[in-house]
Amino acid sequence: MKRKTERSELIFRIVAYFILIVFALLCVYPLLYAVSAAFSSSSALNSGSVVIVPVDPQGEAFLAVLKDNLFWVNYSNTLFLTFFGTIWALGYSILGAYALSKKRLMARRAFNFFLVFTMWFSAGIVPQYQNYLNTAQVFASIGISDLKWTVVLAMGMNATNIILLRNSFEGVPSEIEEAARIDGATELQILTKVYIPMSKATIATVALFFGISRWNGYFWAYKVIPSTQSYSWPVQVYIRDFIDRKTTISNSPLQEELVIQNWDRDHSYAAISVVYSMVVCAIIPILAIYPFIQKYFAKGVNMGGVKE
Amino acid sequence: MFKLKCDDFLVFDESTGTYSMAPDQKVRDEAEKNTWKTAGFTLLKDWRLYLMLVPMILVYFLWKYMPMYELTACFKDPSTGDTLHVNTFSWAGLRYFQMLFTDAKLSPDFWLAFRNTFITAFYGLLFGFPAPIILALFFNEVRSNIVRSVMQVCVYLPKFLSTVIVTSLTLILFRGTANGKQSEGIVAAVFKAFGAKQELIDSGLVFTTQYYRAIYIITDLWEHAGYDSIVFFAAVIAVSPTSYEAAQIDGAGKMAQMRYVVIPSILSTVVIMLIMKIGGLLSVGYEKIYLLLGDGTNNTNNYAVAQVISTLANQWSGGGGPAGGRSLGTAAEMLNNLIGMILVLGANAIAKKASDVSLY
Repeated sequence: MKRKTERSELIFRIVAYFILIVFALLCVYPLLYAVSAAFSSSSALNSGSVVIVPVDPQGEAFLAVLKDNLFWVNYSNTLFLTFFGTIWALGYSILGAYALSKKRLMARRAFNFFLVFTMWFSAGIVPQYQNYLNTAQVFASIGISDLKWTVVLAMGMNATNIILLRNSFEGVPSEIEEAARIDGATELQILTKVYIPMSKATIATVALFFGISRWNGYFWAYKVIPSTQSYSWPVQVYIRDFIDRKTTISNSPLQEELVIQNWDRDHSYAAISVVYSMVVCAIIPILAIYPFIQKYFAKGVNMGGVKE
Repeated sequence: MFKLKCDDFLVFDESTGTYSMAPDQKVRDEAEKNTWKTAGFTLLKDWRLYLMLVPMILVYFLWKYMPMYELTACFKDPSTGDTLHVNTFSWAGLRYFQMLFTDAKLSPDFWLAFRNTFITAFYGLLFGFPAPIILALFFNEVRSNIVRSVMQVCVYLPKFLSTVIVTSLTLILFRGTANGKQSEGIVAAVFKAFGAKQELIDSGLVFTTQYYRAIYIITDLWEHAGYDSIVFFAAVIAVSPTSYEAAQIDGAGKMAQMRYVVIPSILSTVVIMLIMKIGGLLSVGYEKIYLLLGDGTNNTNNYAVAQVISTLANQWSGGGGPAGGRSLGTAAEMLNNLIGMILVLGANAIAKKASDVSLY
């Protein structure tokens, strides 16, 4: 009987290792392929001989991206949106979560419901879009005509993150708050000197979530900022726009031939290499912070419930 | 003389030998009688706390609840007023809902999108929910911390890529041959080896009705399964090793250990995650679908399987949509999101009743 137990465990372990290794390789492979495709020649890409290392290497596609002004303007827009969007969202989330974490807050259940209801029911794309148009118009009427600010202020809300912060603040022992209060600390001092330092890990996690969603955001920026204001686009919109206009992969075959002919006449490298170069540029910041943010992953998902 | 011990609400007067009401108690009684006044008092005392709530409430009111006001457009005729202001429209009753259900031209599109929304959500749940649990169980088998960390770093990574990048990679790796001018994408070649027809590969597998759903699910797993396993892994490693030992002594094989030790221990986590998953079920990743949707010319037509309510509403309300498209799209989304809300509250209620685990 003992042997049988050991055998089933061994089989399970072999299966586990095999599937995990395959899955882990599959998760990384498209990115490796992206790098090698960015530096492979047009003919190698067209014949499909690029598998893992660059074939017939060239650096012109990457250079073309480096020289593309609009790409870098949009890249800086993304940095701008990520930076200010995260600060703005983190600011009102921390303040709100702190107030919600206090038992003495009147109508606390009502405020919580106000927040949680948005997790159950959302108005949908069309009403949200119309509402953003209104917002943009109101902003324009008070002198903020750059649509970037609409994206920063009006988008990227996440009730789950606020609940996460609230639960973390609730975990701070009330004795510490009382001690600070006896020492004459004001409400804001208690928040900044007691609660924020004691919930550093959760705040970092939430900041990470807000930041990543800002860096990756596409749809609303694309809907709200028209192509006549492409200098305000985030980089994700620029990448997709390039794919739609210059490559064959998302367009109809009819346009494809024309697009291909034009591109091949003017360039020695493939349009797809340019896409891959842009993808690599857009991923680099995330890869750069990736080792530092790992330890926060597990924290963020153990939220333990929304319950009041 | 005998003296009562009731200093807190009565005062003993030595000279007359009588008791009278303490002045403090009068104030307290007054406060108890008039709770609203007390409420006002605490409100005044904690005004800083309420001030802190203001920015959050304002943001949520302006950009989460105002769109809900825009929802009234589904009962109104959008051609009758100023497009920016929904309150200038005149009421049209349930006309647009009626059109969604019965109009000869529009209702087939609506029902198709409605069905696709549910099918996409269902497949997402069927494959997307168990996968991270299985991964977590597998990670538990890896004894070496270093090996496991390296694997985890790899599988979490796709979660941090944007939808645009994921769909771009998908489109390129599954690209068609553009009438023989280029070879098919490298993953499409793998599909070919498994017997995908050449003419489907030529037009790009993403744009075919036969393969779109498989590709959607595969890329979804690729993106989310690894990261979603974190929470289950945390639950699995919390199972005490002595439980395994006890089961082993009783002669339990690996499957029996799973069945009687691991699954019961992680059940509450599974239920919570299931409720959360159901909460986002009908808001299927519209961004990704929008980016994978073909434009309908030539063979790039995957509408029949890809179109969901949100993308349909988006398409109708844009230029080139049918008359009253904005109200029609709003009506469709309203139905979709109401059903979504019923699903999440229902799942929560059932979980509460069956296992005492609930999220809300």
